[in-house]
Amino acid sequence: MPDLGIDVLFKGTNMLRLLGGLWVAARISLISIVISMPLGILVGALMTMKNKIVRAICRIYLEIIRIMPQLVLLFIVYFGTTRAMGWNLSGEVASVIVFTLWGTAEMADLVRGALISIPKHQYESAEALGLTKVQTYIYIIIPQTVRRLIPLSINLITRMIKTTSLVLMIGVVEMLKVAQQIIEANRMTSPNAAFGVFLVVFLLYFLVCWPISMLAKYLEKKWR
Amino acid sequence: MNWEFIGKYLPLYERAAVLTVKIGLIGIAFAILVGLLCAAIQYYKVPVARQIVAVYVEISRNTPLLVQLFFIYYGFPKIGIRLTPEVCGVIGLAFLGGSYMAEAFRSGLESIEPIQKESAISLGMNHRQTFQYVILPQAISVSVPAFVANVIFLLKETSVFSAISLMDLMFTAKDLIGLYYKTTESLFLLVVFYLIILLPVSILGTLLERRVRYAGFGD
Repeated sequence: MPDLGIDVLFKGTNMLRLLGGLWVAARISLISIVISMPLGILVGALMTMKNKIVRAICRIYLEIIRIMPQLVLLFIVYFGTTRAMGWNLSGEVASVIVFTLWGTAEMADLVRGALISIPKHQYESAEALGLTKVQTYIYIIIPQTVRRLIPLSINLITRMIKTTSLVLMIGVVEMLKVAQQIIEANRMTSPNAAFGVFLVVFLLYFLVCWPISMLAKYLEKKWR
Repeated sequence: MNWEFIGKYLPLYERAAVLTVKIGLIGIAFAILVGLLCAAIQYYKVPVARQIVAVYVEISRNTPLLVQLFFIYYGFPKIGIRLTPEVCGVIGLAFLGGSYMAEAFRSGLESIEPIQKESAISLGMNHRQTFQYVILPQAISVSVPAFVANVIFLLKETSVFSAISLMDLMFTAKDLIGLYYKTTESLFLLVVFYLIILLPVSILGTLLERRVRYAGFGD
């Protein structure tokens, strides 16, 4: 069994640095999630409105964001807008902008799906029982929507965390970049470190995302 | 916008787009194969293999493609497995896509109520006929939306191949930005080429979904 270089991570502060990189990625996704959830709910609600113009605008926004690979969006914001508008954007801010736009679109689609999945007779029965519009939403529609929505939005969070690995490509020093630095720095003493270090990165991503998607699966089963 | 620049570097993008599509399609084809195999194993509840598939699905779905590619491209040579970037791309896409495809197919197969199978058998069909004429057509129409979504998702994921030095669209765009500082033009071409690849797939997918929605059984 050749030396696979996992021991490199236990030298000095290497493991801490790697976890610091993970925190950078997690911070970007956390901020984006916190902003995009309420925005997504708003846009999703707008998409179920009867006004055709509002719906069309939301639809166009949704389709444009969803058809482009996230990496292309990152490039457009990081390289494109900085050149066109002449401002200075750090990689982290650019990623937060992109992931917020993307998260809002995805969340809006989930909200829309959950809202239209409530059968019409729910609204009609509520009205027949004499509930006002506000009461209908508070007691009938929102509780049902939320139950369908929560597992799906938790899944969106794991997708967001996984996608933040892309920010490496616009120069943000996150876990993969730190891993590369560690491997480069120990090239002489531990030439096989690439295997061990990337394996650890792989496992760390798994350890972060797996419990979250398990929770989503559990809630989905429980609330069905 | 400098159209001369665009005209000059169009062939470069064309070559990159062909490469992106080629690796994307081969990767997706393998992903479908892996997905079918995994779905079959889970559907027929093959012992041992079933547990392995379950672990594989969880690992593949909970890690980013970029990390998988880095591990395959930079990590594997250290244990003596040397692969070209193209092969790495295909393997990565198949590894990631396999689990997504497996889930799509499995959910289709599992959505068919046991009563369908029982009725078919009581009508005198054998197992092959039951599967071919009763289970499969219904399962396909249930899986199609997820399948189409996966194909688009995987085509979009090919954008990370530039990280393992494949000369794909992203790589070309980044190269041109770095070399000539023609950011607007390079990004414009990048978006146009991704639209050329992804829009037809998206539209075809929508049409296909409509076409197979004839089976409104149950509701």
